[in-house]
Amino acid sequence: MVGQITLKSHRFRAEREDSWRELEVILKAIEGRGMKSLSDAQIVALPRLYRSTLSSLSVARATSLDQGVILYLESLTARAYYILYGSQVSLGKRISTFFLRDWPLAAKALWKETAISAALTLLATVLAFILVKNNPDWFYTFMPDSMAQGRTPAASAETLRETLYHDGDADGLGIFASFLFSHNSKVAIFAFALGFAFCIPTAILLMYNGFILGSFIAIFSEKSLGFEVGGWLIIHGATEIFAIILAGAAGLHIGKAVAFPGELTRTESASKAGSAASLLMAGVVIMLFFAGLLEGFGRQLITNDLIRYGIGLGTLTIWMLYFYGPRRQESSE
Amino acid sequence: MVGVISQRKVDQRRLITPEGIDLQVQLADIGARIGAYVIDQIIINVGLVAAFFLIVFGGISAGPEVAITIFILVNFFVRNFYYMFFEMGPKAATPGKRMSKIRVASRSHARLTANAVFARNALREIEINLPLSFLFMSGDSVDGWISLLGLLWSGIFLFFPLFNKDRLRAGDLIAGTWVVRAPKPILAKDLASEKADLDSAFIFTPEQVEAYGVHELHVLENVIRANEFQTVKDVAQRIRNKIKWSKGMSEGDLDFLKAYYAALRGRLETRLLFGVRRKDKFDKT
Repeated sequence: MVGQITLKSHRFRAEREDSWRELEVILKAIEGRGMKSLSDAQIVALPRLYRSTLSSLSVARATSLDQGVILYLESLTARAYYILYGSQVSLGKRISTFFLRDWPLAAKALWKETAISAALTLLATVLAFILVKNNPDWFYTFMPDSMAQGRTPAASAETLRETLYHDGDADGLGIFASFLFSHNSKVAIFAFALGFAFCIPTAILLMYNGFILGSFIAIFSEKSLGFEVGGWLIIHGATEIFAIILAGAAGLHIGKAVAFPGELTRTESASKAGSAASLLMAGVVIMLFFAGLLEGFGRQLITNDLIRYGIGLGTLTIWMLYFYGPRRQESSE
Repeated sequence: MVGVISQRKVDQRRLITPEGIDLQVQLADIGARIGAYVIDQIIINVGLVAAFFLIVFGGISAGPEVAITIFILVNFFVRNFYYMFFEMGPKAATPGKRMSKIRVASRSHARLTANAVFARNALREIEINLPLSFLFMSGDSVDGWISLLGLLWSGIFLFFPLFNKDRLRAGDLIAGTWVVRAPKPILAKDLASEKADLDSAFIFTPEQVEAYGVHELHVLENVIRANEFQTVKDVAQRIRNKIKWSKGMSEGDLDFLKAYYAALRGRLETRLLFGVRRKDKFDKT
């Protein structure tokens, strides 16, 4: 006579099925049209239904052998879990906390890496400067043709001066600026992303960037245009080079976490470092956007050296204050 | 059928809720992820081509230079923020991922944050574009060997998901995320409830319902749900032989299986309540 009476697991299911369905309807509404589409009663019901479905799942696992029910409940509770414990901050709120707290705090937290990254860039710049100064042939080693665009040691002082104050024709400014922005973002994203491989590629990239910078300054100073090239570079470089240094710092931070995880597992350590570093990177992309504007428009339209220096040093001061300046301690979250 | 069950075990990962229950998420398989990626790329590129024509032909009045500037910016934002925008939404999945029924989730108890989504997508650049740039690097500008070495090195990132047990991309590793299946199964009808409709011709002895364990019950459930004529016939025949059941005159194979399923489940669940879980037919408990 086995199996003649209705199964307990069947009765269990029949009793709870309605509340499962109710939860499913609410989840569907949230996934389709967002939290706002729920009625007050549904919002109140959601956590209760979630807990009761979770408990159904544990009971079903322990007592029911109906695979259909268990699979259904697993997927239903997972969906509810992701919604209840998912990101609940509104986009506007998220953006404002990013600018007010997250970004500068991330930059501050990574100050050591930033210092290393800046030191690497500076070292490479000085090295390249000295090398090219002593033997202009080094220039061709560091600088790819596409970037030099005729600005070589062989060029005359007039040609070089010309490039500082008149890059191409002014009509293409907008295109040039937007191209530079997406180009520089790529360099920065590479500097960040490559850090993952134990810092080494990031360090190489930073130094390479420094080499280009140094050899560039060298050929101009050779023709005694040092002061002028400084203005040409600093107006956007204060933002752009700073951004690339920060991207490098973010990359180094991750690389360090992967290479020396300490007491955590390598994976845990990497993802812990990754969250701080990626915040910083989001900010770097914004900085590069400004740098692109300054480079494309500001540099081409403003040809007075002193104003160039003024803008460059001004933006640098603003960034420094924004990142490292004292700020009010806010309670967390 | 057995393959399906064991694949579930391989892909299963723990996800313990704050309430202390393991939700047992299933990792997305590589095929679904490649599929999702291809769909997303098609959407992005078709969208960009459409945007290009729209901007260039729509922007003639404002001058071609403005139009191209806008397009370069649109191109940059779409390529970089398409994934981030969709993965920050309530479904945590791009349209491609939705079609493949997968989603991004946090690996720990923590919620999936916007930062994590940013990090996992920022690394897309080296994972996909770096190998591609080495692949298409022209032979004359760089030594072929260097470009080959570069390809191998960057290939490590591309094939990263194949070489770790959680199928993490390098981006997932950094961001603390993984990609899991997000199916929406409909609640299937309880097979045991259908038994009531059958006539009472099926009465099994205790020895007959002792023949199998939970594993066989689940296989049987799949067979009945799939309801393929030949499989049902074969399985019914094998069970009859095993339990020495003599087939009645008008006895249908599917009806027999349903009845036996209900009886077996009843027996196994009763024993489950007493704390005995019989794994399979070899389990002597």
